[in-house]
Amino acid sequence: MIQTIAFYLFAALVVLSAVCVITARNPVHSVLWLIMAFFNGAGLMVLVGAEFIAMLLVIVYVGAVAVLFLFVVMMLDIDFAELRAGFVKNFPLGLLIALVLLAELVLGIGAWRMGGLDLGTPAGTAAPALGASNTAALGAVLYRDYLFLFEAAGLILLVAMVGAIVLTHREGRAPRGQQNISRQNARRPQDATAMRQPKVGEGIEL
Amino acid sequence: MIGVEHYIFVGAILFVLGVLGIFLNRKNIIVILMAIELILLAVNLNLVAFSAFLGDLTGQIFAMFVLTVAAGEAAIGLAILVIYFRGRGTIAVDSVDRLKG
Repeated sequence: MIQTIAFYLFAALVVLSAVCVITARNPVHSVLWLIMAFFNGAGLMVLVGAEFIAMLLVIVYVGAVAVLFLFVVMMLDIDFAELRAGFVKNFPLGLLIALVLLAELVLGIGAWRMGGLDLGTPAGTAAPALGASNTAALGAVLYRDYLFLFEAAGLILLVAMVGAIVLTHREGRAPRGQQNISRQNARRPQDATAMRQPKVGEGIEL
Repeated sequence: MIGVEHYIFVGAILFVLGVLGIFLNRKNIIVILMAIELILLAVNLNLVAFSAFLGDLTGQIFAMFVLTVAAGEAAIGLAILVIYFRGRGTIAVDSVDRLKG
C-alpha cells in the first residue's frame, strides 16, 4: 500500500517537475525544477531497489550537472524574454508531435503487455546474488563483466573534462593559472624553507 | 500493485515531455539541453525498471553508462555554449548559422 502511494507521489511529482522545466519563464527556475525531477526520479529508482543508481543520480545530476547548468545560466548575460519569442507559435506543432510520440509509446507498451511479441526469458547471468545489497551486486557485475566498458567510461569522462577545459580556456588573459615550469623545477627546498630553533617565549623574525 | 508497466508509462511521459521541451524552447539552447537531460532520465528510469523487474543487473550497469555519457555531454555542451556566447553575445539557436548548414 505504502509502495503504491509512494510510486504515485513520485511519478506525479516527476511529471509535474518536467512540465515546469519546459514551461518555466526563467531558466534558473527550470534548473531548480530539473533538480526536483531528478530527486523524484531517484525516489522511483529506490522504490524498485536500485538504490545505487538512485544515489548516483542525486550525486552526479543534482550535485554536478544541475549546478553546472545553474552556473552557466547565471554567468551568461542573456535576455531570456527574447529567447521565448517562439514559444506560443511552436506550441501546437510541438504538442502534436508529442501526442503522436506518446500514442506510439503507449501503443508499443500496450502491445507488449498483450504478449504480442515473444521476447524470451532473461538469461539471468547478471541476476543479483541473494542477500547481497544492490551496491555490492552491481559492483560485482560491473568489475567482472563490464570492466573494459567501465574503463572506457572513465576515458570518456577524461576526454570530456579535457575538452571542456580546452574549449573554455583563454590564453594570456589572467596572470593566475599560467605555469612557469622551469621556474618550478629550479626551486629548491633551501630557497623556500628555513630551519629555526626559537627559544620558548621569544618570537621569530622572518 | 505497481508493475513494470507503471514505470514504462512514467518513462514514456517523461520522454515525450523532453521532446516537447525541445520543440517549445526552440531558441533557448540551455532549456534544450535540460530537455535532453529529461529524456535521458526517462531512458534511465526505463532501464532501471526493466532491470529490477527482470532480475538482471545489466540494465542498471547500462544506466550508469548513460549517466556517464550524459555528464560528459552536458559538460561539453555548456563549454561550447560559453565560448559561443563569448564570441557572439547571444545564444539564440537561430543565429547559429556560421557553418551555413
